Amino acid sequence: MSGELAKRLADLKEEEAVAFVEKALAEGTDPMDLLAEAREGMMTVGSRFAEEEYFIPDLIYSGAILKRIVSILEPHLKEEQTSGESKGKVVIGTVAGDIHDIGKDLVVFMLDVSGFEVLDLGIDVPEAKFVDAVRESGSKVVGLSGFLTPAFDSMKRTVEALREAGLRDDVKVMIGGGQVDDRIRGYTGADAYGKDAMEAVHLAEQWIGG
Amino acid sequence: MEKKWEEMTPEEKREARFETWLSAEGVAFQSAEAEASYKANIRRLKDAVLMEKAPDRVPVLIMGTLMQAHLYGVTPEECMYDYGKLDSAHKRFLQDYRPDFFSTPAFVGSGKILDILDMQQYRWPGHGIPGTSGYQCVEGEYMTAEDYPALINDPSDFWLRTWLPRVFGALEPLKNLGALTDLWEIVGVSGHMIPYGIPDVQNALKALMAAGDEAMAWIQQIGAFEMEAKAMGFTSSVGGASKARFDILADTLRGTRGAMMDMYRQPDRILEAVERLTPLYIRQGVGMASFAGNPLVFMPLHKGADGFMSDQQFKTFYWPTLKAVILGLAEEGCVPFLFCEGGYNSRLEYLQELPKGSCFWVFDRTDMTRAKEMLGDTLCIGGNVPSGLILTGTADDVKDYCRDLIDTAGKGGGYLMSFGTAMDEGKPETVHAMIDFTKEYGVYA
Repeated sequence: MSGELAKRLADLKEEEAVAFVEKALAEGTDPMDLLAEAREGMMTVGSRFAEEEYFIPDLIYSGAILKRIVSILEPHLKEEQTSGESKGKVVIGTVAGDIHDIGKDLVVFMLDVSGFEVLDLGIDVPEAKFVDAVRESGSKVVGLSGFLTPAFDSMKRTVEALREAGLRDDVKVMIGGGQVDDRIRGYTGADAYGKDAMEAVHLAEQWIGG
Repeated sequence: MEKKWEEMTPEEKREARFETWLSAEGVAFQSAEAEASYKANIRRLKDAVLMEKAPDRVPVLIMGTLMQAHLYGVTPEECMYDYGKLDSAHKRFLQDYRPDFFSTPAFVGSGKILDILDMQQYRWPGHGIPGTSGYQCVEGEYMTAEDYPALINDPSDFWLRTWLPRVFGALEPLKNLGALTDLWEIVGVSGHMIPYGIPDVQNALKALMAAGDEAMAWIQQIGAFEMEAKAMGFTSSVGGASKARFDILADTLRGTRGAMMDMYRQPDRILEAVERLTPLYIRQGVGMASFAGNPLVFMPLHKGADGFMSDQQFKTFYWPTLKAVILGLAEEGCVPFLFCEGGYNSRLEYLQELPKGSCFWVFDRTDMTRAKEMLGDTLCIGGNVPSGLILTGTADDVKDYCRDLIDTAGKGGGYLMSFGTAMDEGKPETVHAMIDFTKEYGVYA
């Protein structure tokens, strides 16, 4: 592959990237190669975000471009081909009582493009649901998101629930969002606080992959 | 002879607004001390904001949405449905904590009105979230990517016939109305009334009337509290309200994702829209401040924070119309109160463009030492006391933090003590520590 698709995606050239995919498919290029190159482009987006060259709108926009590309490729892919090799599983959700999803979705997105298998439990997630997901998936990393201050206590209760279920020593817990800071990490008993989506990726890589 | 309003300079208008605020028309102060305290608060804030001299001490401005109620065991659900309970918690808060400035319980709003109108853009306690949670926004595209021409062409019409029907379930039938400007001359009248005969439209109008009845019950209670708070010697930190134009797009209309995508897919439309909305939000801020007799115009800022856009995007989409609204409000003698959530570290150089004393900024996660270095000669700053510190720290932790703030950001004036965000919860010993310590330590020689 020439890397042209990866470059167009990384540079956020939506129409050019889509046109490239359509032309390449018509010319008989293997859709798996195109998908792999699109992922490579997303990795570049991620590293530009980490270097503060890109910001949240760039992540959201690159996600929309990727979605368009995948929807073009999907009919040409065999089942099970859409996911690459996983670095490991991460369970994530916005904690009980909080329905904010933008920050959580950015973390999910960056973990996904970085090669993690993400189990996104959604918003307003009760403690028991986190416990069940960890138990069933065997995931070693849990991400707790929350925007409002009552989320501090929901995070604390979730960490406690993991402990009560006998799972606390098996998992690393990272927290982030809104008013969360390192002091709140101490308060909740989590292992780490991440200030943005790339820090979540770095933490997950440090703990289980990469 | 007194000058007419339109002949006055912006400084004269501002002075006149401060005089109106100080005069506290209609307020029966409970004591001479209460009156003195009310007026001292305003003079203290004025000195801090105008930056011509240091005030007597650092003003203490307490921003809380549900915190005052939380401190007295009143739940968010009770706050939104039992106005008397909300008021009495706010009153006890003022009596017990004695901040210079209070934030109005009007920020909480009525759950009953939201029920009647069936608001879709928020979840509130007992409606989609637990009774113990504060209200929360539901991200969505309440304006579609294709709606820009309709918004730009006629914002009020767009609000009436498109935005209201999408945001309020009970007002959905209003989409059947004709444009109000279609009504002209006698021959048009009868035909224009037809939609108002549709049963669904009539139900929507009945819902508006019911919401109006409830709003009257609500404001009687809230208004009575505000009068009493003033009579007790406290001062409201909000006269009017307005928003940054891009935030109207990204919070109110298109949603965060929608507005962000538009920056790439239809940048010219955004620029046209924010330009079109600018005078409307100067009008709102000035109108409310005049009605309240309080020059402070509260502007919560969201989507221009650090990380939420690039520098290029900030200076293209966000800053020009925010600056225009700030200057437009200041031109009319108002004092914009920029409530700047998240971090603003990468935006401080833009704030240096604002004239001295034209507004004040309450920061959340901004580096206050650097903010003081960059803005210390021109703009009053405040905030930055973290919610996490208040909720999980000790009184001594809070005193240490406030001491640092007063020593650095507070040096020489141009500073006010405030939380970094509008608090939903509180802890008695730390909230007391912040207020009491500032009153004692924040005195200027």
